[in-house]
Amino acid sequence: MNMLHAPSRRHVMLASGTLFAWAYMPKLALAEGRDPRFLTIVLRGALDGLATVAPVGDPDWIALRGDNALTQQSKTPALKLDEFFALNPAMPNLHRMFAANEAIVVHACATPYRERSHFDGQDLLESGLPKPTSSDSGWLNRALAGLAPGDRVGVQGNKAFAVGPVTPLLVRGPAPVLSWSPQRILPASEDTVTRLLDLYRHADPKLAAVIEEHAKLAAIERSGDMGQSPGQNVPGPAQVRAYFAEVAGTAAKFLAQPAGPRIGALALDGWDTHSNEGIAQGRLSQLLGALDAALAAVETNMGPAWRDTVVALVTEFGRTARINGTDGTDHGTATVALLAGGALKGGRVIADWPGLKSTDLYENRDLKPTTDLRAVLKGLLKDHLRADDRTLAQNVFPGSADVKPMAGLVG
Amino acid sequence: MRGSDTFRPGGFGVTARGKEAAALALHRFGFGPAADSIAAIAADPQGALLADLERAQAGLIAANLPSSAESAREVFDFRAEQAAKQKLALRVQKQAEAENAASLVDCRKPSGEPCMAPVADDTANQQPAPMAKSAQPPAPPLPQRLFQDEAKARFDAALGADIGFAERLVWFWSNHFCISADKIVEMAGPFEREAIRPHALGRFADLLLAVESHPGMLFYLDNVQSMGANSTAGINRDKGLNENLAREILELHTLGVRSGYTQADVTSFANVITGWTWLPPEQPIHGGEFAFVQRLHEPGSKTVLGKLYPDTGVGQGRAVLADLARQPATAQHIAQKLARHFVADEPPPSLVTKLTKTFSDTDGNLKEVAKSLVTSEESWTPQRTKLKSPAEWTIGMLRLMAAPQTVPVGRILGTQATLGEALWRPLSPNGYPDTEAAWIDGVPRRLDIAAGFAGQVASNNADPRAVLEFALGPLASAATRDTIARAESRPQALALLVMAPEFLRR
Repeated sequence: MNMLHAPSRRHVMLASGTLFAWAYMPKLALAEGRDPRFLTIVLRGALDGLATVAPVGDPDWIALRGDNALTQQSKTPALKLDEFFALNPAMPNLHRMFAANEAIVVHACATPYRERSHFDGQDLLESGLPKPTSSDSGWLNRALAGLAPGDRVGVQGNKAFAVGPVTPLLVRGPAPVLSWSPQRILPASEDTVTRLLDLYRHADPKLAAVIEEHAKLAAIERSGDMGQSPGQNVPGPAQVRAYFAEVAGTAAKFLAQPAGPRIGALALDGWDTHSNEGIAQGRLSQLLGALDAALAAVETNMGPAWRDTVVALVTEFGRTARINGTDGTDHGTATVALLAGGALKGGRVIADWPGLKSTDLYENRDLKPTTDLRAVLKGLLKDHLRADDRTLAQNVFPGSADVKPMAGLVG
Repeated sequence: MRGSDTFRPGGFGVTARGKEAAALALHRFGFGPAADSIAAIAADPQGALLADLERAQAGLIAANLPSSAESAREVFDFRAEQAAKQKLALRVQKQAEAENAASLVDCRKPSGEPCMAPVADDTANQQPAPMAKSAQPPAPPLPQRLFQDEAKARFDAALGADIGFAERLVWFWSNHFCISADKIVEMAGPFEREAIRPHALGRFADLLLAVESHPGMLFYLDNVQSMGANSTAGINRDKGLNENLAREILELHTLGVRSGYTQADVTSFANVITGWTWLPPEQPIHGGEFAFVQRLHEPGSKTVLGKLYPDTGVGQGRAVLADLARQPATAQHIAQKLARHFVADEPPPSLVTKLTKTFSDTDGNLKEVAKSLVTSEESWTPQRTKLKSPAEWTIGMLRLMAAPQTVPVGRILGTQATLGEALWRPLSPNGYPDTEAAWIDGVPRRLDIAAGFAGQVASNNADPRAVLEFALGPLASAATRDTIARAESRPQALALLVMAPEFLRR
């Protein structure tokens, strides 16, 4: 292992909330008279695909998840996508986009990673390599390096962006990238606070007491609608929602500018829902709501450029098919990839559905992956940005020659 | 675990070897591990601490920065120029207002339409605001720039130290003899470089003299205003004594509060140091330097702590300071503070006794006192109860997470200020507090900061479980290991790591 504080930009993950964008315009696509925008959003922590898009038509669905199974007969009904799938009710905007043929759900989808470590899983998701080995570059950057660069982007006199102190793996590599960080830093998440509190309760009651007191105050403040000062309290749902929308919305403003960047990436954290997942009501529901609001902010701020836009939401892996003993889900395998944007040939759930019987599950535990996430990403890079097949198979996703780009996602 | 890596409480004490003792040494006496420093000193942790004190440049920093007097003169000139500019601008504005008033009657156009105010360009607001770190921010005004340069030199020394024991001692003495940038921003950094660093491993008497005769201290504690009522200047201006510095020297810097001195001692000592002042910074050559001005000095011999000091001018004050440095109460006071700072809020009395004895036996040789600290068995207690101060914790976090060069100095300053320990800005002359009670309520805020840094400044491709080995090694509890291993992302793992009890406490 290398030095931990090596004075270089190597070995850094995608920083939450920071937008990284290519410094050039995609020349080939522009030459065709198109002006494509592509935004990748990494959902770190492993999104529960079955809680996001429920297979309500699967006869084993209710038995699998019991009270936690979203259905169209639930108190807050899941939103119908087709005869088989329904969307978490916290996502009305995505549902609206889906109805307008501007969104696609790819289900039972996964990277080639088959272990269950967040760290390795995120590495593989960002590196684009078939195995969790150390990499100096990410698939998005290598894809950009393979595109013919057009004019250099000139957002507000080239000053709105700069390379930040660190560059995430996904966008690290030969192609030059710019970055933008939101001014606002979100306080530590409720999840992080909970984990720390668990540790303190074991190890240091004094520290636990301080954190508990602080959390109580924050809750009182929230319930009393006293407003929140950033940096002081655990962020409530409204604050997370505002943050997601601000980050994604600002990214869209940059991407929408005529001289702005066209291709960018950012990350939104918090999806590791081991306990009290709150699928219909609670934590995941609030996070999905915030994500939905972020998509709406992208749509709004893209303006007319929305019709040239694809947003890809990807996560390192899914979660267990069954609910665990603490009303949550543990690390799993297949999940959903969510695509949104006016450039899509949308209104479809794409799934080679593996089924939910015990024997259908991967290791009798997880939703079985039947679609390789790389096929989806290759399809988007090829048809939306005009990356060529050979570059995609050899450089962008090395060793993926037999994973064909998924055709017909855009257009 | 191999036997050689086991640090047994009690038995091994000062000869402890292995990674557990190494990790303890780095956290307790240094700024915490950077890279693989636990392994680097595991063979002989105590020897590594002693060697840190023996480096040729221990306690010093090589920085090309202006002296306190140069800094004071530059800032004086800067402020004078600013004042002149403002005055000039005001003149121009008044002139324009007068002309406008004369032309108001012509405002209506022939058509009778009212004059239009220029309309703000709304479209400009549709664009996202440029991000702060991209656009080159305007250079800060000179005083702030000088301050930031000083702060950067200090942070670099701490972030880049192999262990940082000598640097921690500098921080200790700087806080013991604090001045505040809120009162004299241009000297906060130079004071530490000129008065503290050269003597942090030297003799206490020299340190004391350097501090009390430094213009930064003389200004901070008002001695530049003090004059003997019977001095030439005092008679001419009908002015007299300011006791502030004299009192704090006795109460805070040397003997300690309630150690037996009287109000008469304070007054008398204040008279002794009348005339210790600075040359006004507007003076072009020596402005801002220390000066003893006989004209301000209260004439005559004086008695302090029962001893009569003849009037030898500046020598009178030097003689009192030299005696104060050798008072048993001073040795006891310093020993108590050092032990509290490095070991525990309530340090073992036997340790305080040892340090007191070393201080007295060596005529206040601070390097010997520091050696005594790390060779005392009590200093190696495996119970780690001491809560790191916010400033110390910030540095420890950055040493682990970030390439030092990548963190802007303003962000470190802002972080420490947010946590209540703004650099060189204590609220009172007794400096920042050094006990858990003062800092523990700020722990939730540390978490927000840790999460922010972990997510934005730098995280790391290394497996967090490996980072944990670098940061804590054998000190990490099973619960902490488990918490790190299960974190949902590397940034979360890093944030939790620097918030683990083993990282917060030393």
